[in-house]
Amino acid sequence: MPEKFDAIVVGAGPAGTACAYELAKAGVNVILIERGEYPGSKNVMGGVLYRKMMEEVVPGFHKEAPIERPIVEQRFMMMDKTSAVTFSYKGMEWAEEPYNNFTVLRAKFDQWFASKAVEQGALLLNETVVLECIVEDGRVVGVRTDRPDGELRADVVVLADGVNSLLAKQLGFHKEFRPDEVALATMEILKLDKKIIEERFNLEEGQGCTIELFGDATKGILGTGFLYTNKDTLSIGVGTLLSGLIKHKIKPYELMEYVKTHPMIRPYIQGSEAQEYLAHLIPEGGYRSMPKVVGSGVLVVGDAAQLVNAIHREGSNMAMTSGRLAAETIVAAREREDFSEASLDDYRKKLMGSFVGQDLKKYKDATHHFDKFPQYFEQYIPMVNRAASQMLTVDGMPKREKQKKIWRDIGPAKEKIKMARDLYRAWKVMK
Amino acid sequence: MLHIVACIKQVPDTKIIKMNPKTNTMDRSSAPAILNPYDAHAVEEAVRLRNRYGGVVSVLTMGPPPAVKAIRKCIEIGADEGYMITDRAFAGADTLATSYALTKALEKIAQTRQIDLIICGKMTIDGDTGQVGPGIARRLDMPPLTSVNKVVEIDSEKRHAIVHRKLEDGYEVVRSTLPCLLSVEKEINEVPYSSLPNMLRAARYQPHIWSVADLPDIDKTQLGLKGSPTIVSSVWAPPKPQGGTMLEGAQSDQVSQLLDILMARQELFAAASGGEAP
Amino acid sequence: MNFEDYRGIWVFIEEKDGAIAPVSLELLGAGRQLADKRKTELAGVLIGENIGALAETAFEYGADKVYVYDAPIYRFYRTETYMRAMLACVEKHKPEILLYGATSTGKDLASAVATDLPTGLTADTTQLDVEEDTGLLLASRPAFGGNIMATILCKKYRPQMATVRPKVMKALPRKAGASGVVVEECIPLKEEDIRTKVLEIVRSTARHVRIDEADIIVAGGKGLGNPAGFKVVQQLAEALGAAVGASRDVVEAGWIGHHHQVGQTGVTVTPKIYFAIGISGAIQHLVGMQNSGLIIAVNKDPAAPIFQACHYGIVGDALTIVPMLTEAFKSALGRKEEADAGKV
Repeated sequence: MPEKFDAIVVGAGPAGTACAYELAKAGVNVILIERGEYPGSKNVMGGVLYRKMMEEVVPGFHKEAPIERPIVEQRFMMMDKTSAVTFSYKGMEWAEEPYNNFTVLRAKFDQWFASKAVEQGALLLNETVVLECIVEDGRVVGVRTDRPDGELRADVVVLADGVNSLLAKQLGFHKEFRPDEVALATMEILKLDKKIIEERFNLEEGQGCTIELFGDATKGILGTGFLYTNKDTLSIGVGTLLSGLIKHKIKPYELMEYVKTHPMIRPYIQGSEAQEYLAHLIPEGGYRSMPKVVGSGVLVVGDAAQLVNAIHREGSNMAMTSGRLAAETIVAAREREDFSEASLDDYRKKLMGSFVGQDLKKYKDATHHFDKFPQYFEQYIPMVNRAASQMLTVDGMPKREKQKKIWRDIGPAKEKIKMARDLYRAWKVMK
Repeated sequence: MLHIVACIKQVPDTKIIKMNPKTNTMDRSSAPAILNPYDAHAVEEAVRLRNRYGGVVSVLTMGPPPAVKAIRKCIEIGADEGYMITDRAFAGADTLATSYALTKALEKIAQTRQIDLIICGKMTIDGDTGQVGPGIARRLDMPPLTSVNKVVEIDSEKRHAIVHRKLEDGYEVVRSTLPCLLSVEKEINEVPYSSLPNMLRAARYQPHIWSVADLPDIDKTQLGLKGSPTIVSSVWAPPKPQGGTMLEGAQSDQVSQLLDILMARQELFAAASGGEAP
Repeated sequence: MNFEDYRGIWVFIEEKDGAIAPVSLELLGAGRQLADKRKTELAGVLIGENIGALAETAFEYGADKVYVYDAPIYRFYRTETYMRAMLACVEKHKPEILLYGATSTGKDLASAVATDLPTGLTADTTQLDVEEDTGLLLASRPAFGGNIMATILCKKYRPQMATVRPKVMKALPRKAGASGVVVEECIPLKEEDIRTKVLEIVRSTARHVRIDEADIIVAGGKGLGNPAGFKVVQQLAEALGAAVGASRDVVEAGWIGHHHQVGQTGVTVTPKIYFAIGISGAIQHLVGMQNSGLIIAVNKDPAAPIFQACHYGIVGDALTIVPMLTEAFKSALGRKEEADAGKV
């Protein structure tokens, strides 16, 4: 006889664990099933963790969770081949309560987070793969795992099984994702003495910095790179749309090597020792690629629902919020004893009404736009670099002449019009 | 009905553990802690015997708190009960002190349920000694049967066990009275993918955890570092061998160079050529 | 415990097929060095049925004295009987050091004796030395799967005991006709009191050359890809009259049986020539073959650690190179046969 739970959550990433945590806290008999050896072993993230959304699940988490550094400075580098124009904001208000965000290492952090869910009463099962949902009369009533006697039953199943959710696909909630709907990112963890990190990145003890890389970091292909400070390691990574890698015939590790040896990056990682190499797919389709997220007896959360705002590198916070909202919906549905699609649709309404839905809507055209028009990365970023160099090089040319030269460099009138139109369009998709 | 106890240990995965070249010691954080592979086979064998003859399988380990994970792994394999003895006093124990502590725990387990058979893995992959099992057998005055690669039968009526013991060039069939202790080779069985019910049971399982205070009539002077006749005086990384001569050139050149090297030792190939020269 | 009472270096002499097991002869060689350093005698302990004649061999290989326990009850090794004999001998004659070969019998016996005395026991020793004045035995051995070496001391008990890895120590050259003192001992043991019985001994059919006795070993690893790839190793072995060896990965993948496994958890071998084909050279494997006379490695990966541990290396595809070598060797041997035949 297969055992019956109130709820089954598939995948112990931030979305699944947040959901299981909230459900267990509300007294729901929930089992959290993870295919990896332990939560986090199969997850990859830069990674930046957002305080607010995490606190909504576990208040005061930063006092006991294995976080790396609170971020006090966020930098954005617009890179050309041998130069970069950098914007940054550093604020001491982020160095103390309530904090803004932290760097984390997923393997460590997810294990801790899952242990909190277990503390609340969730049952955690590792090294077990869910092969499919059990559907009876159009309703999801359980799951089948890859183990002998591997069936489990529940009133509701939450799919938190990540960017390539086979389970959601099997239910027909979405088709195979196109190569322009996902990005492939690779990253490395580099070991570096903590004092050296603090000196190089200009940080006080225990504080952290994030650097987002654009432009030449991805050789002009649409994508981003990143360099984050952890306690005594650096996380460095780069990712582009899968379609971009295919089109430009580049392998992910080639991009990784390119970034590591780039003159703007190399000095930062000098003397470090590569400890780990990871790669993962990241949802990029955003609003337009969101699958069906509610069915009879089933909800979809996190990356499985394409809940990633790539522009702002926000994914884990959306995941946690979606997990939390799914849990709320399930608790209410239990009271009504109604797990139909109509009843569970509250989740979708709440999700779209929250910052998750709003932000995804705001940027729904952004990725596609930048993908369709490569000039932003291929031309404009280098142009801005050249303009800055021109303006700031003291070579005896009068400033007014410099300005004229920069203006001329953009090209003939039609190029200027094109650029103006592009800037306008960019503003429109970002707003 | 048999009560079988498997003695197990949590060890670092020495297949992937790395040395810290600066301190010349093992960097234990570089490898995950796993159930000693030989012990997994020991537990699997205990489970099979229980399924065949009826009874209960208990597992016992001596270790620091994280060793609980190894006990859970045994429940996943199918064990019924898990016991862990953990205490600062056990630290630094060599094989003699370890067999003493485990023996005291086994005596306590036997108070509730008489033990018919003890099964251990042949050796651990970190200590590599294989001495604890036989040490326990000696202390409990049970016959030890080491290097077992097959259990032919256990007869709880006639009180005997018949096993195969692996020899360097074959095996011997041995019969022993019960209770006895078996230490097993990996080839004795295959550990299958655990069933979901066993996984659930393991996830919920709380083992019995004892400290020194819980063990009957224990002589503290025989525990831990104090109770260890052997101590490690120094540890070093084995010397790195010098590199060899690489044979260069096209494959055919490399092969002919290698052939020359071999033919220089041709006295070794007399047998291969099919007989002495006339 | 008065250490002055404990004198003499002893070796447990294991019997095999009517002769002294090679490892025991190796231990007499190592024991001789320890005995000379400590200016004390080297003795063997011989337990079995009708084994008295072996005492002579022990003297020929360096022993000054042999304690003999000869009775039908010792016909097959059993822990209970051999342990009782050894314990009685140790209690009566008090050695300072007692060495056993790290064979299945030696390890079994040593563990039981160590627990009963009690005393310290170092397992699988690969280096032995003794402090001249204190008599402290320095037994060094690999641990953590071979990742480290450790020196173990037993400061508070006598005798100090160690099991020693076969094929590491060197036996002394045989001194024909050497003699020594035989001390015949016995203890009252009744067969009906012994709780184990050896019912049968089954020797494996030695169709293939045993790797722990072979002069040449051709060993294959995971780099060969699959069982079909592994065949090139078997073919070269056949052409050379060599034994086939294997890495742990290959044995665990089921390509070949356990008795071919070389390494920390397999067998230690010291052949005159060792071929490591498609073997990366992880430390667990190296500790099992690094004392081979001539080590030849073939591997696709130029960074494979095996190239640091070999005498000659070829970076390349074993699947093409090894068959070429097999053919080249066969034709070279063919020419040699012709040449030899022509000489007559």
